[in-house]
Amino acid sequence: MKQPVLTLESVRKSFGALKVTDDVSLSVAPGELHALIGPNGAGKTTLVHQISGMLKPDSGAIRFRGEDISALTPEKRARRGLARTFQITSTIASLSVLENVALGVQAKVAHPLSLFRNAARDAALNRPALAALEAVGLADRAEVPAGRLSHGEKRALELAMALALEPAAILLDEPLAGVGREEGERLIELLSSLKGRYAMLLVEHDMAAVFALADKVSVLVYGRVIASGEPAAVRADPAVREAYLGEEG
Amino acid sequence: MSTAPALAETVAAPAPRRRGRLLLPILLFGLLALAPLAVSLGMPSGWLALLTRAMIFAIAALSLDLILGVGGLVSFGHAAFLGIGAYVTGIMITEGQAEALLILPVVLGICALFAAITGAICLRTRGVTFIMITLAFGQMVYFLAQALSAYGGDDGLTLYAKSTIAGLDLFSTRTGFFYCVLAALAGCYALVRILVASRFGRILRAARENPVRVSVTGFDVTRIRLVAYVISGMVAGIAGFFLANHTDFVSPAFMSWQRSGELIFMAVLGGVGSLHGAIIGAIAYLIAEDGLSHLTEHWRVIFGPLIILFVLFTRGGIVGMLRKLGGGGGA
Ligand SMILES: Nc1ncnc2c1ncn2[C@@H]1O[C@H](COP(=O)(O)OP(=O)(O)OP(=O)(O)O)[C@@H](O)[C@H]1O
Ligand SMILES: [Mg+2]
Repeated sequence: MKQPVLTLESVRKSFGALKVTDDVSLSVAPGELHALIGPNGAGKTTLVHQISGMLKPDSGAIRFRGEDISALTPEKRARRGLARTFQITSTIASLSVLENVALGVQAKVAHPLSLFRNAARDAALNRPALAALEAVGLADRAEVPAGRLSHGEKRALELAMALALEPAAILLDEPLAGVGREEGERLIELLSSLKGRYAMLLVEHDMAAVFALADKVSVLVYGRVIASGEPAAVRADPAVREAYLGEEG
Repeated sequence: MSTAPALAETVAAPAPRRRGRLLLPILLFGLLALAPLAVSLGMPSGWLALLTRAMIFAIAALSLDLILGVGGLVSFGHAAFLGIGAYVTGIMITEGQAEALLILPVVLGICALFAAITGAICLRTRGVTFIMITLAFGQMVYFLAQALSAYGGDDGLTLYAKSTIAGLDLFSTRTGFFYCVLAALAGCYALVRILVASRFGRILRAARENPVRVSVTGFDVTRIRLVAYVISGMVAGIAGFFLANHTDFVSPAFMSWQRSGELIFMAVLGGVGSLHGAIIGAIAYLIAEDGLSHLTEHWRVIFGPLIILFVLFTRGGIVGMLRKLGGGGGA
């Protein structure tokens, strides 16, 4: 049994009286794709925010590569190799696609904040950025401002930005949300090509994608994990069918 | 993959766009360098003093543009740095030390210190709170200067000598001083431009648009903004040094909140974020102010709304307008 990359231990978080994260424990092994599903408002995004450091849990521990990162800022977690994407795409619209990805590369190079070294003509940034763009199939769009990309392309760009960090784990918050069928299929293919290389926590509503990609599935309802395990077992779980999958037919 | 490096380099720096961006600043500095010639050909000599003053404020507006236009931080206390630079200069000259090579390091050091301390506090806040806190720190320095009774207090401090540079009396003639200010402006402009294009600058720009994305990419947004704030304050301090030498007088009014507001106006008028826009804005502002104040005592009542209308209708200030005229709306 390999040591998990990411472990959540009894994480809890409330907004006033609303328990958004209710005693959640889960883990992601190296190279494993762990899907987190659940109805709207179940607390999936809130959980991703807590793992990435944008929100502070009320209690519980988050371990990443053996270290308790619960008290670290988002930037420190990113530097330790924890990357994420957002449910609502989050890129720098005025920077080019290549520059967006180069931001992530920049976090990994020596002298990332050099005051005088020109960034635009820096091969140390551009070369790995272009490689990440090639990996997601966006290399031919490198010069375009990120704001001009189609929705699906923005999703792919966010993935490239995450990959540029050379992460150990990637948190994906609904990477397929709002994407058309064709672009969606391309993204699913892309995610499956990344499988095995990164530990991934995938929040997703598209059940076909989840069951095609996931090694493990956890179901979150009202902030609680009501089932967790192999996809087939979770799919068959009566509590899950009632609470969630049942609605989908 | 073998073509990647070559592609990466061409991809990042499209040549025509870069050349276009240099045209306006080269034209601007070229025209400024010729101004003394125009005076010798018959322009009224008061004109040179006005341009000199405009270039001094251009240094301050440029420094503000680094945090305002590039960093997205609306500081309403930027005149404090102008004032600190002017007061340090004034006090040192009064105490018998007029050498710029000694004054400037003190100016830079004190401005950096003041920026680091106040910035560390201001940058914990955002939006309107940030504006109010920078304003409060600005007013604090203003009242401090008023209380400096040994150096004129409320009445200000008249200077009876000008600075020398390495012992040379470069500031004693109008033209000499003009070219010193122009050189300082060009130097500060080049420096800020290099900063904006640097690795650091890219993160600063990205954080203006999407600080959350920048932080989950591994960068401490507050620290980066603080560095920009300190550099900006130091450059504004240089403007203060020249202002004291220009007016031979320093007073608390240099750092009133109205002055901070004017600096914002200059940057916005020229077009924020482009750096040379701040320079053009400062020059346009001071020339318009000069012209209108000759016409009527109540020029502020006309000037304020005029600027607001101009900015609303051009979007992107003077530089934005020029770009539209020159490039057919592109880039
Ligand atoms: N900052 C906040 N303050 C108060 N309540 C919040 C806050 N953020 C989220 N919530 C609430 O917490 C609950 C969980 O929200 P969250 O966004 O995590 O759900 P989700 O599972 O990601 O849903 P979706 O599938 O729609 O993305 C919702 O009821 C939401 O309204
Ligand atoms: Mg969500």
